[in-house]
Amino acid sequence: MALLDIEDLRVTFTTGDGEVNAVNGVSFSVEEGETLAIVGESGSGKSQTAFAAMGLLARNGRATGQIRYDGRNLLDLKPRELNRVRSEEIGMIFQDPMTSLNPYMRISEQMAEVLTLHKGLSKKQAIDEAVQMLDAVKIPDARNRIGMFPHEFSGGMRQRIMIAMALLCRPRLLIADEPTTALDVTVQAQIMELMAEIRQEFGTAIILITHDLGIVADTCERTLVMYGGQIMEKGPTEELFERPTHPYTLGLLRAVPRIDRDDETLSTIAGEPPDMTRLPKGCPFTPRCAWAHGPCPTVRPDLAAANGYPALRRACHAPVEEVK
Amino acid sequence: MLNYVLRRVAIAIPTILLLVVISFVLMYSAPGGPFNSERPLPAQVMANIEARYGLDQPYWKQMFDYVWNVVVHFDFGPSFQYRDRTVNDVIAQGFPVTLTYGFWSFVVALVVGVSLGVAAAVRHNSWLDYLAVGISIGAQVLPNFVMAPILVLVFTLWLGWLPGGGWQGGQVEYIILPVIALSTSYMASIARITRSSMLEVLNAGFIRTARAKGLPTSRIIWKHALKPTMLPVLSYLGPAFVGMITGSVIIDVFFSTGGIGQFFVNSAFNRDYSVIMGITILVGVLTVTFNLVVDLLYAWIDPKIRY
Repeated sequence: MALLDIEDLRVTFTTGDGEVNAVNGVSFSVEEGETLAIVGESGSGKSQTAFAAMGLLARNGRATGQIRYDGRNLLDLKPRELNRVRSEEIGMIFQDPMTSLNPYMRISEQMAEVLTLHKGLSKKQAIDEAVQMLDAVKIPDARNRIGMFPHEFSGGMRQRIMIAMALLCRPRLLIADEPTTALDVTVQAQIMELMAEIRQEFGTAIILITHDLGIVADTCERTLVMYGGQIMEKGPTEELFERPTHPYTLGLLRAVPRIDRDDETLSTIAGEPPDMTRLPKGCPFTPRCAWAHGPCPTVRPDLAAANGYPALRRACHAPVEEVK
Repeated sequence: MLNYVLRRVAIAIPTILLLVVISFVLMYSAPGGPFNSERPLPAQVMANIEARYGLDQPYWKQMFDYVWNVVVHFDFGPSFQYRDRTVNDVIAQGFPVTLTYGFWSFVVALVVGVSLGVAAAVRHNSWLDYLAVGISIGAQVLPNFVMAPILVLVFTLWLGWLPGGGWQGGQVEYIILPVIALSTSYMASIARITRSSMLEVLNAGFIRTARAKGLPTSRIIWKHALKPTMLPVLSYLGPAFVGMITGSVIIDVFFSTGGIGQFFVNSAFNRDYSVIMGITILVGVLTVTFNLVVDLLYAWIDPKIRY
């Protein structure tokens, strides 16, 4: 049985401009110990999918469908039960380490409260464990620095602290929502290296949400490409990158600058992301797709296997041989 | 930190002196004097009285003597109006009264205002939020000189629960109505500031982190959100506290509580120079002190502020 099994997840937000359909029927699963990437541009619904799983949607948001963890649907849990899942079963880190740590509390306090609350440790035990975890994420001189405030650490260090804090209860799943986006490039690499080590050491499954395809290629076994709140394509990362079978994935990969080719210009995907208040009945990528034809605007393609690519699933009406 | 406090106190001294000079100039440039009345006194009598109180001296000397007495002897001089009473007596009599109901007004305004604001923000857009906003708008538009008669009408005349005035050495039933009348509009402002500040804080990334950590809502509100919420409230509290302690003229007049507010107004009408100066300096010192206290509290709440 998969660790996390999401089925037909839909997330809608009620706003002044009407209903925004951020996630529209997404299904996937995460196995114990694996690393899954969710990629897509801003507004593709990748972050909201994760927020829905953690019950972190904004007040005006509503999630329907199934998010099964250990056989329980997280969407049905009472707040108390959900609070036990958070941190103990699923940890989460966020995009901007500058704002996701409480600037008014010492690191020791922010970390210790997780353990005193979930594990019933004394304050002193909790701080000892927190120090060990900070050592594990390579915060130098953790014993002495744990009493400091977030602003006394650099961005990369803060993200390490976030990771340590998310791992305190040894969750089986870590959701990382664009963990490197706000960091500079050298620090990005260090953080990704750290995540790989954590996976090795703790056997934590990781969902990595990102728009950085370079990171995905290096660290994730499986990748899921989202657009317009739907999954466009999913499969083993290597195959997906080797031979994208969906026009959107193709466009994404072509938009990545490559040093080994002598291209003068980067290609972009023409057009704009869809208006999530008025999603088309068919494939949301239709207006920007070079392969769009007959059924595309009206019939939503199923996520199905493609001839000759058994591990991939794609949601596209265009025959796989033509998309390249 | 200590350095900072000392520096602030050092700056406070010229501030207070400037206050003294300006008050002196304004006071003496107003026409009339403490001993002018409808029936003019004989010239010799007037001269004697003025000599007795030192009013025959040049202004600069009067001011210098005054400051000297205040600083060296902590003596604010005799009242020109109340014979046999010094300004020290007047303040000693009125200030404890003002301080008592001012302090309780402050406590009530702070506790009720913050609770109301937090409740409204946590239950944003619910009936509780609308109720809290309604109450605070209602309380804000009712000035205390309207509140006071309404309170007396309801609680004294109709219900007969509480006395409509007097002080009686500060017995509880005499304090309640003045405190309600004085605290209501401050409470409303504190509730509004708290609500909008808390709403903003609740959208912060670190609150999302706290939720992802599985903390119960109560802990998120009180432990994570309240401190930053209080920053804008705090900058309002300093002046508000001084206002509550000093801006109580209406309360004193309406409830006959006998605080310094009443003395302050009377002294202005009567050109009771020394009482005006005494109370002005008292308010000045309080203002400077509470601004310092607020700044120190800032540093306590926000670790990024270091003096």
